[in-house]
Amino acid sequence: MTGPAPAPPSGSRFARSVWLVLRKDLTVEVRSGEIAYTTLFFAVSCVLIFAFALVKEGRAPEGGAAGILWIAILFASTLALGRGFERERQAETLRALLLAPVPRPAIYVGKLLGIVALLIAAEAVLLPLVAFLFTARLFAHPFWLAGIVLTCTVGLASVGTLFAAMLVRARSRDMLLPVLLYPVVVPVIIAGVQGTAALLQPTVDLEIVRFWLLLLVTFDVVFVVLALWTFEAVMSD
Amino acid sequence: MSPGAHQSAGALDFAVVTLEEVSRSFGRRRALSRVSARAAQGEILGVLGPNGAGKSTLIGILATLLRPTAGRVRYGDAAADAGAELRARIGVLGHDLFLYPELTARENLEFFAGLHAVDDPRAAAHDALKRAGLDARADDPVSSFSRGMRQRVALERALIHRPRLVLLDEPFTGLDDASASALVARLRGLRESGAIVIVATHDLELAEQLLDHALFLREGRPAASIPRPGRLRAVYQEVMTNPPDGARS
Repeated sequence: MTGPAPAPPSGSRFARSVWLVLRKDLTVEVRSGEIAYTTLFFAVSCVLIFAFALVKEGRAPEGGAAGILWIAILFASTLALGRGFERERQAETLRALLLAPVPRPAIYVGKLLGIVALLIAAEAVLLPLVAFLFTARLFAHPFWLAGIVLTCTVGLASVGTLFAAMLVRARSRDMLLPVLLYPVVVPVIIAGVQGTAALLQPTVDLEIVRFWLLLLVTFDVVFVVLALWTFEAVMSD
Repeated sequence: MSPGAHQSAGALDFAVVTLEEVSRSFGRRRALSRVSARAAQGEILGVLGPNGAGKSTLIGILATLLRPTAGRVRYGDAAADAGAELRARIGVLGHDLFLYPELTARENLEFFAGLHAVDDPRAAAHDALKRAGLDARADDPVSSFSRGMRQRVALERALIHRPRLVLLDEPFTGLDDASASALVARLRGLRESGAIVIVATHDLELAEQLLDHALFLREGRPAASIPRPGRLRAVYQEVMTNPPDGARS
């Protein structure tokens, strides 16, 4: 029978715990497909409805594609965030995670990366769909687009993961999550919409795109640091 | 081999767990009131009482998942806020089984072995599956298992890091006779290997075969504390029909 190994350095212990939680979440998701399918179904439905309502004779309203892309991602992410922690509550596996001798922020980072991976998978479908339905030149500057999408997704997921963890024992968590989340992530979504809209202009001003990207990076750093700082307290009795 | 034999150098270890006047309230409701108890290495302490007596709250406090609102718990010389080092020495089998139904038995065990920094999670999971008698079903998802099989996996999950303190909350629920007897044998093995075992249960017949000490709770208060309890059902009925003020030891 094997026992606990000599304690590795705390940094590698942290990284290993993050990887274990992330791998477990992705394995569970690959088996069940639950979050990926519901998130994608919801987001695609949202985009289709807006496309049929707003695109007239092949012409979309100016800036519409960026707004609708991020509205669809925001609403769909709420489903993913709620479900991510709900799953840990069902068999009380969250208690087992909290009982493990790992740094608790590592659990947060593992869950966050899992949500980010799922949202990016959904965005990989949404982006071409929005580009097609709104005849938007989304892929004209792929690296800038990737930067805006990644930073906006991390900003959204970092706050959402923390709030989903906070609400996991609340009775009305499904209602409370959007009520708490949306006011806090409005600046992130505005920055995402503006950055994406700037990329859709006939003549792209990269200075403006850079400004929104830097703002998103700032939001990400602030939100992730705050979440890492508070997660232990949030999950304690 | 003792449960602590493979612990890393300098890791926290203890030979006794002590509850000192522990109380816990949830809002206005007092779930536990001034409970004191002691469990030593190589001993099985039973926490007995009807539903709502505070057994699960007590297990939660011992597991460090809940903080007492008054009193304190000592793990040898360490306090409950010793953090990850202390959690590494505690194994919990809850009323819920703490298993991911979508994962296989092997994946569940390897995941928790990894979180507990067991040096070879794959080998630890393999050994655990053998002990549970489930090596033939190791790669089946836990959702396809019967309650008894899941309980066996969950017990091995709780013990995979060879904890010093083993906490079990209603471990006999839903088990058939054979599975319950196997669990009794496993708990006796843990006692012999030097673990501190604390079992919350209301299965008095099985408890009678196991316990070195019984702590009776009634409405969150200690109603009696009896070493080497025999005729447990008769004692239980007597204790539960008397008012809590008549606590005895």
